[in-house]
Amino acid sequence: MRLQAVDVKLGYGDRVIVDGLDLGVEAGTVTTIIGPNGCGKSTLLRALGRLLKPSGGEVLLDGKKISTIATKEVARILTVLPQSPSAPEGLTVADLVARGRHPHQTWYRQWSSDDEKAVGVALNMTGLSDLAERPLDELSGGQRQRAWISMALAQGTDLLLLDEPTTFLDLAHQVEVLELVRDLHAQAGRTIVMVLHDLNLAARYADRLVAMRDGSVVAAGTPHEVLTEDLIREVFDLDSKVITDPVAGTPLVVPIGSHR
Amino acid sequence: MTSYALRIAGLSWQVRLRGLAVTFGGLVLLVLLMALNMRIGDLPMTVGEVFTDTFDASSPAHFVIMELRLPRALTGALVGAALALSGAIIQSIARNPLASPEILGVTTGASVTVVAGVVVSGGVHGGVSGLLSSVGMPALALLGGLLGAVIVYGLAWRRGLDGYRLVLVGIGVAAVFTNVKYWLMTVGDVNDTAQAMVWISGSLHGRGWEHVIPVALALAVLIPLTLLGTRSLNALRFSDDTVTALGVRMNLSRALMILAAVLLAAVATASAGPVAFVALASPQIALRLIRSAQPPLLSSAIVGAVLTAGADLLARTAFSPIELPVGVVTAVLGAPYLIYLLTRIRKGRT
Repeated sequence: MRLQAVDVKLGYGDRVIVDGLDLGVEAGTVTTIIGPNGCGKSTLLRALGRLLKPSGGEVLLDGKKISTIATKEVARILTVLPQSPSAPEGLTVADLVARGRHPHQTWYRQWSSDDEKAVGVALNMTGLSDLAERPLDELSGGQRQRAWISMALAQGTDLLLLDEPTTFLDLAHQVEVLELVRDLHAQAGRTIVMVLHDLNLAARYADRLVAMRDGSVVAAGTPHEVLTEDLIREVFDLDSKVITDPVAGTPLVVPIGSHR
Repeated sequence: MTSYALRIAGLSWQVRLRGLAVTFGGLVLLVLLMALNMRIGDLPMTVGEVFTDTFDASSPAHFVIMELRLPRALTGALVGAALALSGAIIQSIARNPLASPEILGVTTGASVTVVAGVVVSGGVHGGVSGLLSSVGMPALALLGGLLGAVIVYGLAWRRGLDGYRLVLVGIGVAAVFTNVKYWLMTVGDVNDTAQAMVWISGSLHGRGWEHVIPVALALAVLIPLTLLGTRSLNALRFSDDTVTALGVRMNLSRALMILAAVLLAAVATASAGPVAFVALASPQIALRLIRSAQPPLLSSAIVGAVLTAGADLLARTAFSPIELPVGVVTAVLGAPYLIYLLTRIRKGRT
């Protein structure tokens, strides 16, 4: 297990959102967490990335308590891309991506040839080399999201946690971002954990799905195991028909409403 | 932006050409402004004489320069640099171009303690003009500045520090301090409060080496330390989750940088009073000159020094022989700048 939540209790202030949750992320897999709004998926992802300290239980990174590892050390192993992150105005794409090298730098080694190479590779992989000198605020939503993923890539970690990387993107850009995620996985066997809202895209791009409701894991397994009509009723209170995606062969959820 | 990698053995830095140009160009301009400033006085000199007499100990004007004119010019430059550096740090941490040491309660806190000191000691004949103004006022200002910062920081802290919360609390506390100051001035003796008023508007009049040395020491220690923190400061410009994801110890870095900003502003205020707008404007001017996304620390300091030296020159020459406090000039120049900044923000661009 690369990353593990053991009996974690999570919340903000007095509000408990997740209580006594266990979850393991295997090395080299793409795991996607799904569930209704407010079920605690983002909270769980933040805890896995040590952005939120559990009030009970532990998060283990490669078997070690993540809270005992120096945060800079953690940043060389895993990176977290928060939901709709914000950057200083006027920051260029190249500067943003270069910022990803922070955990590898010290005051006397601020821009090594490794840094330069990693930034070049990250820009290249995300297809942003030509936009490198453009300010981030001038990019389209899809380009901007790729820039953030590029920054995460430059960080050079083999564990990536992405919180709704497709929010606010149109379908074509959603597919583009998820294809990129899949590329990252295929090229270096990176371990990726994502939170996604679209069940059909989740089924298509993940090795494992984790379905959550009210702060607990309801089911975990392959998309075929998890995405059943019964489970979707249990997790989302939604009647549906699950058919086979004619393109990918993965489960495709077709919701049933009262009108049609 | 044109930048080059400077690599020696295992060491490496990124050098930005515009940053270098602004820094060196600014230094040259600063020396020139200081020399122009040092010409003025009962003993008129040319700029050339200022330079030769500074380094020629045998010249009759050497004493005047070393004891009167150089300390004054240096105080202006150093105070400007310290305020600007403080402003650059605070604007980065608050992620807000309108933030300044006033927001942290430093300058307003200092004003309250200085006015309180003046009013309390008012009964003592010569209290204000004598010992109090040379030692007492700076000490009181330092104390008040630090106290003001502690109050703002304490009220703004809620399981971490939020930029907006800091700005809002700071504005509230500054309003309270300002009114306490006015109340103290109404109870005080008219002559004493007039003295305090000159200090409150920020003045370089009669500044000697005792005003230069504290600011010089503070800058000598804090400039290297804050430059070491530049990368953390750059990371702190992002939203909190990104900061932690990059491996920055957020609350620690933030607290240390704020401490540096408070010390810089407090020491500067102790030497020259709360010189308005330098801390607010310099980082934004430097940022635009360099075309970077965050206030550059070193260039901001240089711009601050140039601004203050330039403002002092204007303060002494514009209505000559009447000499204005430098803070009046920076305030007059700063007000339209602030309006410009606000209109830019309304348009969604800063």
